Amino acid sequence: MNTPFLSVRDLRVAFSTEDGLVRAVDGLSFDLEQGSTLGIVGESGSGKSVTNLAILGLHDREHTDVDGEILLDGKDLLTATERELERLRGNTMSMIFQDALASLSPFHTVGRQIGETYRKHTGASRHEARARSVEMLRRVGIPQPDLRVDDYPHQFSGGMRQRAMIAMALVCDPELLIADEPTTALDVTVQAQIMDLLKDLQQEFGTAIVFVTHDLGVIANIADDVLVMYGGRCVERGTRNQVLRTPQHPYTWGLLGSMPSLDGPVDVPLSPIPGLPPSLLNPPSGCRFHPRCAFAEKVHGGRCATDSPPLEINGGGRGTACHLTAEQRREFFVDYATPQPN
Amino acid sequence: MFRFLVRRTLGALLILLIISALTFVLFYVAPRDPARAACGKLCTPQTLALVRHNLGISDPLPVQYWHWLVGVFAGRDYTGLGHCPAPCLGYSFTNHEPVLGLITDRFPTTLSLSIGSAVVFVVFGVGTGMIAAVKQGRALDKIASSASLVGSSLQIYIVGVVAMYYLSDEWHLLPRPQDSAGFTQDPGAWFKGLLLPWLVLALIFTANYTRMTRSQLVESLSEDYVRTARAKGLSRRTVFFRFAWRGAMGPIVTILGLDIGYLLGGAIITEETFGLHGIGALSIKAVRDNDLPLLLGVVLTAAAAIVVANIVVDAVYALIDPRIRLA
Repeated sequence: MNTPFLSVRDLRVAFSTEDGLVRAVDGLSFDLEQGSTLGIVGESGSGKSVTNLAILGLHDREHTDVDGEILLDGKDLLTATERELERLRGNTMSMIFQDALASLSPFHTVGRQIGETYRKHTGASRHEARARSVEMLRRVGIPQPDLRVDDYPHQFSGGMRQRAMIAMALVCDPELLIADEPTTALDVTVQAQIMDLLKDLQQEFGTAIVFVTHDLGVIANIADDVLVMYGGRCVERGTRNQVLRTPQHPYTWGLLGSMPSLDGPVDVPLSPIPGLPPSLLNPPSGCRFHPRCAFAEKVHGGRCATDSPPLEINGGGRGTACHLTAEQRREFFVDYATPQPN
Repeated sequence: MFRFLVRRTLGALLILLIISALTFVLFYVAPRDPARAACGKLCTPQTLALVRHNLGISDPLPVQYWHWLVGVFAGRDYTGLGHCPAPCLGYSFTNHEPVLGLITDRFPTTLSLSIGSAVVFVVFGVGTGMIAAVKQGRALDKIASSASLVGSSLQIYIVGVVAMYYLSDEWHLLPRPQDSAGFTQDPGAWFKGLLLPWLVLALIFTANYTRMTRSQLVESLSEDYVRTARAKGLSRRTVFFRFAWRGAMGPIVTILGLDIGYLLGGAIITEETFGLHGIGALSIKAVRDNDLPLLLGVVLTAAAAIVVANIVVDAVYALIDPRIRLA
């Protein structure tokens, strides 16, 4: 097996705050091949965005401890110098942020912001960069790109801003694209268009994509592999079909169970996961999900509250971090997945 | 941008018109003979008659104001005193001179004082504020914010006098402030004469700009678009000046404009403290002499300074932030 394009090993990110140490990511590992898409799912505060920022090296080094290993094409990003990272950012690896209005500079035209990245990494002239910006805007489907290139972000609609953001991220044909909830603020139609756009671009350039979202519908649409995060750790991973069709972890069951279904009966209430996301300042002992887990008491010896379950890998990257036995999971999943009549 | 400026200028003219009318009315509702007042302290019966005639006291108030207003745009003849060319802001019977001439004589001093000190406090205030924001070191932060509190509590008539006593008279470090022939006549004397007032004014203003620059920058440095700029591979320096500083500038420019407008309107106490003869000293003289036409002119000058400063601020703000241009 050849080395993966992006390899994250035992990533730990902690912030020192006035209240104490916040362990936002606590031992995360994953691989990503060129041309494929990894979907990272999890609720707010599960460490998804923190992971992304760590890959790009955008954490403030003074207040953040980042440990582990992030290899991009064999190069360790965590030991790279700031200058080396500046050469990679926007060029080899780039990022699409969630809120395009806040993430685009209000003071510069869309064309300038796209061209700026291009000029920085290719040394192109102002004129060439502008031509490239127009081309990128056309490619992401902005009508009249040669006119809109001189607009400011506030003159764009929400969907167009997100497209401009994508154009900016793709202007140097990056090999790794990190999309941090790129469609969350958009309506479903625009969302679908953006997803199609990303898929087209991936086919064209063989880009590896890390797609972060809390929307399982989006994951089902775009991801090859799925990684479910909870409280800064990976609780389950596998291919899209494995995770969505035969989920193994009670948290994933909970996520799927809280989704409305189009083909099920309409009078079945949604079943949300009880409780709140864990505090990363004082995370629960043992399995971080155990205070909210309906099955914690089924595990012998109350190990859920004391031992942190390791991520058991059973071939092909399939893994689950749970103390339940394989038989128990099969039994409970069937129960859980069957809608309870009211 | 052009339409924006035209609109703002028209608005400003309207404001000045209202202020002049209000000031005009105030003089005439005062319970005293306006001609007697305008005539000044050393008033002879002959001059009083002349004043009475030239002010058109027997006319109704709106007509008098109308005459004054026409004078501003078309000039005005004063019987026995000569012609006052447009823009004629009135005639100072005490000084035997049109009001505008008195003001334009004094304005360079006030302008030099205001702009000079603004340069000093902007350079130092914004500079230290930037350092404080980048380092975000606690020591410098705390020094800056307490210094700002002390700075804004200082009074010019104390600091100015103390500074003059020690820095000029005792230790001979800085020349004593004095009026000069102006920048164009003798730049050296101009600089020496104003150095101490600049520094003292800057002492009072600098810390405030440090604090403001720091807090604005700390806020804009945490903006999402600054993070995006870093994610594009731009260097820290580029990100700082092209994005973060751009976002922080607006509020600083606003306050700066108001401060300069205020200083241009006549730093009365400052000029009095340092014995400089600018607009501030002129307004004190106008009050002492009961010189109403001059006082009207000085009030209008101060108002115009603030109004113009506001237009400049708005224009600069629109240049900085394209979102403003729509409004």
